[in-house]
Amino acid sequence: MAIEVRVPTILRKHTDGERMVSGDGQTLAQLIEDLDARHPGMRDALVDAEGQLHRFINVYVDDEDVRFLGGLHTPLADGDKVSILPAVAGG
Amino acid sequence: MTRAQIEGRLDLDTETYQALVDHARSDFPFEVCGLLAAHEGRLAKHFEIPNAARSMTYYNMDPKAMLHAMNEIDDQGWDLLAIYHSHTHTEAFPSATDVELAFYPDAVYLIVSLQDAESPVIRGFDIVDGRITERAVYVDGSQAPVGNR
Repeated sequence: MAIEVRVPTILRKHTDGERMVSGDGQTLAQLIEDLDARHPGMRDALVDAEGQLHRFINVYVDDEDVRFLGGLHTPLADGDKVSILPAVAGG
Repeated sequence: MTRAQIEGRLDLDTETYQALVDHARSDFPFEVCGLLAAHEGRLAKHFEIPNAARSMTYYNMDPKAMLHAMNEIDDQGWDLLAIYHSHTHTEAFPSATDVELAFYPDAVYLIVSLQDAESPVIRGFDIVDGRITERAVYVDGSQAPVGNR
């Protein structure tokens, strides 16, 4: 099972510059663990000390923001496309 | 006027400069935001992204619209040239929040200030690891006004 993950520029330091990587997992949490095993540093970039997604990191499955799905418990299936994007926000 | 060290420049054409001002005015007094993509040094596309916060003091790009724009930029092999937003009541200088939430070190942060409604100001900044440096903004080769406050 493979899930395609689109990596933003700021996180490509963890993926040897690759903008697209693949990983496995039945949930987003599992995928993040798998990504971290392949690309150390990814977990801390995405998940805070309390085990929640960082507030200003958006993760999407296909087109949908995971905050409107199931957060880290969002189920994943083979062929899903996951995108990671830091929020663009300010004052 | 708050200043930062000038390092480098950013070139815009008149049409884009005017489009940014028009966009900023279009939802006054709320902040607007968007992206500029470039290809081989030339502007490729201007994306207006809805401000999900629709606030006078805060912007947060609509996540889905931003995803579509970023994916298009990536798929076309373009570069994210600039991230812009408006300040409707303050000068064109990054706020503390702007610096804290600057997650795109490769992009220039453009701020369109409507503080002086008659004379809008656009200034550009690199914000890397909390450090602000300014780009001199040129419009069709001439330096853009930076305002006097």
